[in-house]
Amino acid sequence: MNEALVRSLTPGVLAVLVRRGADFAAAEDAVQDALVEAVRGWPADPPRDPKGWLVTVAWRKFLDATRADAARRRRETRVGEEPAPGSATAVDDTLQLYFLCAHPSLTPASAVALTLRAVGGLTTRQIARAYLVPEATMAQRISRAKRTVSEVRLDQPGDVATVLRVLYLVFNEGYSGDVDLAAEAIRLTRQLAAVIDHPEVAGLLALMLLHHARRAGRTAQDGSLVPLAAQDRGRWDTASIAEGVEILQAALARDRLGEFQAQAAIAALHADAPTAEETDWVQIVEWYDELTRLTASPVVRLNRAVAVGEADGPRAGLAALAALDASLPRRTAVAAYLHERDGDLAAAARLYAEAAHLAPNLAERDHLTRQAARLNARLEDRAEDRRGDR
Amino acid sequence: MAKYLLLKHYRGAPASVNDVPMAKWTPEEISAHVGYMNDFAARLEGTGEFVDSQALSPEGTFVRYDGEGRPPVTDGPFAETKDLIAGWMVIDVDSYARAVELAGELSAAPGAGGRPIHEWLELRPFLGEHPTITE
Repeated sequence: MNEALVRSLTPGVLAVLVRRGADFAAAEDAVQDALVEAVRGWPADPPRDPKGWLVTVAWRKFLDATRADAARRRRETRVGEEPAPGSATAVDDTLQLYFLCAHPSLTPASAVALTLRAVGGLTTRQIARAYLVPEATMAQRISRAKRTVSEVRLDQPGDVATVLRVLYLVFNEGYSGDVDLAAEAIRLTRQLAAVIDHPEVAGLLALMLLHHARRAGRTAQDGSLVPLAAQDRGRWDTASIAEGVEILQAALARDRLGEFQAQAAIAALHADAPTAEETDWVQIVEWYDELTRLTASPVVRLNRAVAVGEADGPRAGLAALAALDASLPRRTAVAAYLHERDGDLAAAARLYAEAAHLAPNLAERDHLTRQAARLNARLEDRAEDRRGDR
Repeated sequence: MAKYLLLKHYRGAPASVNDVPMAKWTPEEISAHVGYMNDFAARLEGTGEFVDSQALSPEGTFVRYDGEGRPPVTDGPFAETKDLIAGWMVIDVDSYARAVELAGELSAAPGAGGRPIHEWLELRPFLGEHPTITE
């Protein structure tokens, strides 16, 4: 039994229960129970209609839980009879679930956790392991999120931008545990793209595919970071790049540019270059100019300074950098890189060491420390040579 | 989300406001303190922000490699070591501001006379995961 297939049915099944009048939190629990039963029972006895099976089992579990609850609390229940499904289509239901799980009343971390469970069909344990917190903590985070959104009516229109931000977070936050979060984010974004026709959804999907394609080239055998320019482009996944580019081109053709399409366009220009030297930096700078118009993000302006340094030379890059706030994360690392390209190895070595001290994660810190060490060794050699000449 | 370590020191932190050694508290004050710490951890589990909490013995040993085929060398404890960690709590929160808020609450744990200790806690961010998209 393919677990991914079972999980792909999750939002549809959950939507049916909610449409039948089950409240979201209880329905979500019932669907999880049904998924567990499916993963256990289907390998030996696969159903002919997997979704129908899941709906039946989840609905029964919901009724059992509600009846037990009602008996215990002597609470009135209105779900004894199975109501007829409403008029909404399965497509709309799935979309509404994405909106609900990314609702603006949730913190980003809660929205991520709820999306992975209710839309992605992951277990609390899997989500807890992926984010390196105890299962009990993640269970509480999810149940609080469910309480928060329980007041939200599913038929209210949602904002697709909030959903995209949540999916972007899932994709970008790295990978740990037994679930590949990047692949999961791509799956959920693909599923979203199937139910809503929106150029930014396509843009985010393209962005993810283009970055995921480079994953094998991004780390060396010893786990250290390999910067883009030094990556073995033969290890990039060309099928994933081709798909990303195709999706992006179709989105751009609709002439409703957004942040994710512009970011994907930059990723596509990197992916298209046969060698790092052949990268079309002039066009990349133009895309960063577009991005700067779309967002006020200082990170975009920092990345633009790197692109300017490649397109117009390190001095131009340093000039672009001078306008940016000194406390901006990774600014020192960019300054180190541009100084090295400009031939000022002593300043670059000092800045790399300083950037390593400020690095927000271990992989970057190790990478920056190696850069500083490499330059210090070269400076040492030069000093030796000078002493030898005398 | 970002993880932070709240470090509690036996030694090495600036003196707290209500600076009376625990051995001089009344048993009730000690119980109140322990109860506050447990409630705090339970509350963080409830908000989905708790990761870990441990207390350490003040007595430790320094150990180092002493060459091929030789047993490690042990030494200490050193009475002069300035920094002595008493324990920690690890939290997973939405922002630095929230981490500071929680550290402040933990520092308000009651001590002598049932008044808050105002203990200095050291707040240290974890180095996170390397993000996929950086360019």
